[in-house]
Amino acid sequence: MILGTIYAFLFLVAAFCLVVGVALRVIRYSRTPVPLVIPTTPAPTTTGGVVSRMFREVVLFESLFKGSKWTWLFGWLFHFGLVVALLRHLRYFTEPVWQWVEVIQWVGLYGGGVMLFGLLGLWARRFLVDRVRYISALSDHLMLALLVAIAGSGLAIKYGVHTDIVALKAFTRGLLMFDWQPLPAEPLLLMHLTLVILLMVIFPFSKLLHAPGVFFSPTRTMKDTPREKRHSAPWADEINRSTLR
Amino acid sequence: MAKREFSIPVIKSPPEIPPIRPGAMAHSRPFVAKAEHQEPLGFPGELVDNWKSVAIDKMEELLGKYRALPVFLDSCVKCGACTDKCHYYLGTGDPKNMPVARQDILRSVYRRYFTVAGKYFPKLVGAAELTEEVIDDWYRYYHQCSECRRCSVYCPFGIDTAEITMAGREILASIGVGQKYANEIIGKVHKIGNNLGLPEPALVDTLEGLEEEVEEEINVPVKFPLDQVGAEVLLVTPSADFFAEPHVDGLIGYAKVFHQAGISWTLSSYASEAANFGIFVGNYENMQKVAERIRQAALDLGVKRIVVGECGHAWRVAYSFWNTLIGPFDFLDTAYPTPQHICELTYHLLQQGQLKLDPAQNDDKVVTFHDSCNVSRGSRMGDMPGGQFTIPRALIRSACPHFVDMAPETTHEHTFCCGGGGGLLTDDLLELRVKGALPRVSALKRVIEEDGVTHMAAICAICKSQFSKVLPEYGMGMDMVVSVHQLIGDALVFEPAQ
Repeated sequence: MILGTIYAFLFLVAAFCLVVGVALRVIRYSRTPVPLVIPTTPAPTTTGGVVSRMFREVVLFESLFKGSKWTWLFGWLFHFGLVVALLRHLRYFTEPVWQWVEVIQWVGLYGGGVMLFGLLGLWARRFLVDRVRYISALSDHLMLALLVAIAGSGLAIKYGVHTDIVALKAFTRGLLMFDWQPLPAEPLLLMHLTLVILLMVIFPFSKLLHAPGVFFSPTRTMKDTPREKRHSAPWADEINRSTLR
Repeated sequence: MAKREFSIPVIKSPPEIPPIRPGAMAHSRPFVAKAEHQEPLGFPGELVDNWKSVAIDKMEELLGKYRALPVFLDSCVKCGACTDKCHYYLGTGDPKNMPVARQDILRSVYRRYFTVAGKYFPKLVGAAELTEEVIDDWYRYYHQCSECRRCSVYCPFGIDTAEITMAGREILASIGVGQKYANEIIGKVHKIGNNLGLPEPALVDTLEGLEEEVEEEINVPVKFPLDQVGAEVLLVTPSADFFAEPHVDGLIGYAKVFHQAGISWTLSSYASEAANFGIFVGNYENMQKVAERIRQAALDLGVKRIVVGECGHAWRVAYSFWNTLIGPFDFLDTAYPTPQHICELTYHLLQQGQLKLDPAQNDDKVVTFHDSCNVSRGSRMGDMPGGQFTIPRALIRSACPHFVDMAPETTHEHTFCCGGGGGLLTDDLLELRVKGALPRVSALKRVIEEDGVTHMAAICAICKSQFSKVLPEYGMGMDMVVSVHQLIGDALVFEPAQ
């Protein structure tokens, strides 16, 4: 029971860090003006066009595809393996389990493996390509290690040392209802959960900010209509007015 | 002139990505601006005593003024997609010329002073104190970026190193370490009205000379009007067009087009410059002040339209920024876009059948086209995204029977900078310019060998000057480079007005 309480507490702290930390960054981004029209052209001239560009960017990684096919392949496999695996985890949070979550269980299992494969591919690049090796800081390796360990421990629980799923689900449901429940004292499970907590905490302090960041990137989110519509920011307009003769 | 102390890169076919050579270009740094170049721009004349706190304060100010900065500095995941995209990296192998590494010399300081992770775990995330060595690195490597935005095409988050370079240069200038070439030029524009410091009488002389020369050659009284109040069009063009080769042939081309189309036009002695090096320094105030002269000239001359000559970064500033800097343009004729590119104007006239071209006049040439970086990735022409690629090509095709494109990975949005953009077109950076031209020169060499290309057309004054200078280093003729409007002008059929 003590274990359950500790982890419940840690999860709440981590969730708080994640939500508040990301919210603060997002507020900061959205409040910072964009004084000039700087989309990377050719760029869409309509809002629909920008939505389509962002969709291709976020779902297909269009720019990365243009940039590096290997990084695109591994990066895409990792991210979409992660998404599918996360969706699969909804079965630990929903009661009764939503139908579509039931349906995708088998895909989700592949998701974990695909995610791990993608991560290892990305990590290999950090050693094998001299340019990527040069730009990799310790934190870049540690981030990959963390994600690999999360995926690895998850897969190990599924295929190796099974855990008491019923008890785990009672714990997670309790977490949602603020009704602390005991957590099975399985080393692998505790490791998996600890690493996830760690990931949630460092999210807003690390390069994982690329996830919200991409939605605020002026080169991707701006319309290419500077002649049609005058764009301005208050601080810049003050300067503009000051030079008028 | 300094002795040549570097070797010309070998052109490889197919082009190769060089292995990293740390420090390969650490010796490259342009002349530092003197007090007389700094102060008229509002920057301190020399390194200020408390430079460290001034720099950090400036960084904080910029982080609050430009959304791109915090987003770009936070978002990079070091994926490496940009590492082989910069022409200066491809030409030198210096790893700090990889866009991500160029950003990192600013990012590490940002992390140290503005992020939790960098304050408490500097080693872990590569955060760094701001030291004199860091300032030196900024000065070196923010003057090895031409702000061409090629890296931003491939970044999954659209991180544009040009924005980082501009911030880096603005911080440097504001602690007293500006770049002589760019800042001296901005000062000349503030004082005289153009980058060359060409005063009005010299301009009058040059234009009169051009009128005589053209009339002698083709027996048509093509005019080059200056300060003509009430003209329909104000033409704003890079001052290199007034006398540099091959630029001036482009200016003659514009004049011929105006003449044949019967459009009254004028140049302005007050705003005799399209270029705006304010963008290179990244300083809004200076960029705005340079642009403001053009608004003033348009008002004083009472024109209805503003047309911009062949210049890359000038077109980016004009197309993307003018409306913000000096708009709204409600005092001009709203039937035309403001500003309008000379290529748009000529294209429109051709579409309407108001100009007739005889491509046979250019039958001796096999022409290719160099997409200028700022036009390609920072602007547009016409109504459709990508018009900046199709319109100049349509012009060349209608004036030349033989046109060949270079390899697709080097054209359109993937185009390479000429190697001299972004305020680097100075002889104190000649080694960088020659090496940075390698990717473009490699693509050019291929079409010369495979398709017999004889000329490369461009629509940018910097590209034209840069290629004229560096092509001979690679054993190619400097006269290969031509203005698009030279080709138009040469093919133009003069018919008596209807």
